[in-house]
Amino acid sequence: MWKYANPKRFMEISSPAIPWAAGLTLVCLVVGLVWGFFFTPDDYKQGSTVKIIYLHVPSAMMAINTWVMMLAASLIWIVRRHHVSALAAKAAAPVGLTFTLVALVTGALWGQPMWGTWWAWEPRLTSFLILTLFYFGYIALWSAVEDPDTAADLTAILCLVGSVFALLSRYAVNFWNQGLHQGATLSLDAEENIADVFWYPLLVCIAGFVLLFVTLVLMRTRTEIRARRLQALLARERFA
Amino acid sequence: MPDLGEYAFAVLASYAASLVLVAGLVVLSLWQRARIKRALAAVEARQGRVDG
Repeated sequence: MWKYANPKRFMEISSPAIPWAAGLTLVCLVVGLVWGFFFTPDDYKQGSTVKIIYLHVPSAMMAINTWVMMLAASLIWIVRRHHVSALAAKAAAPVGLTFTLVALVTGALWGQPMWGTWWAWEPRLTSFLILTLFYFGYIALWSAVEDPDTAADLTAILCLVGSVFALLSRYAVNFWNQGLHQGATLSLDAEENIADVFWYPLLVCIAGFVLLFVTLVLMRTRTEIRARRLQALLARERFA
Repeated sequence: MPDLGEYAFAVLASYAASLVLVAGLVVLSLWQRARIKRALAAVEARQGRVDG
């Protein structure tokens, strides 16, 4: 596995993978969203707002999972000092932030007609907002520190701390069992899971968001590797 | 177009906002990729000439 941590090897492997990932992303998102929007019925309680589920649930899932991926990459950086892992974590942060913003915006738009409020200071929403702030802080820290290895060290520590809120975002409902937000939408228990008519298009949308994440992180990591090489070449010019 | 009833604003605004955010990220990523590729190619060409 560690051979992929070599930047040259990573560039060779990721190059042909990106068009496939991008194509599959497009297919899954178009099929899932068109299916969900046009060909599913309204919910008996929530009416047509149930159509927001195809954006809100996948984006919220990926907002948290992106942080988990960044945590794994940061740990690899801390332990093994593989530059590609640090750059992959850096590349993933704006993707995770975007998913977080999508989840927050769609959640507010969904919450207003269902709860009567755009926002509530309850455990799940609050921990999710803090996770958003951690994403902003993580991106800002990378930009603020000039030396890339020091930036990778500091952001890795920030990522470890932020993981608490990533976990809380997911499990806050179980921990405190209070607030407006419902529990997990998806369950392995068929009795608790949402109805199949919503579940199948939602699965396709989740696959689309996962593939979108893979495509963008691969592409952005390649950009970060090139940017690192550019920095090295410019430094060589300055000291020549 | 399905009949969204009284919730049309919430549903349509959700889809529009998500599209804007995701499309913005994709465009930004593509722009950054093109910019860095161009800059790297220029420096490599310049240093190639100097080294060579």
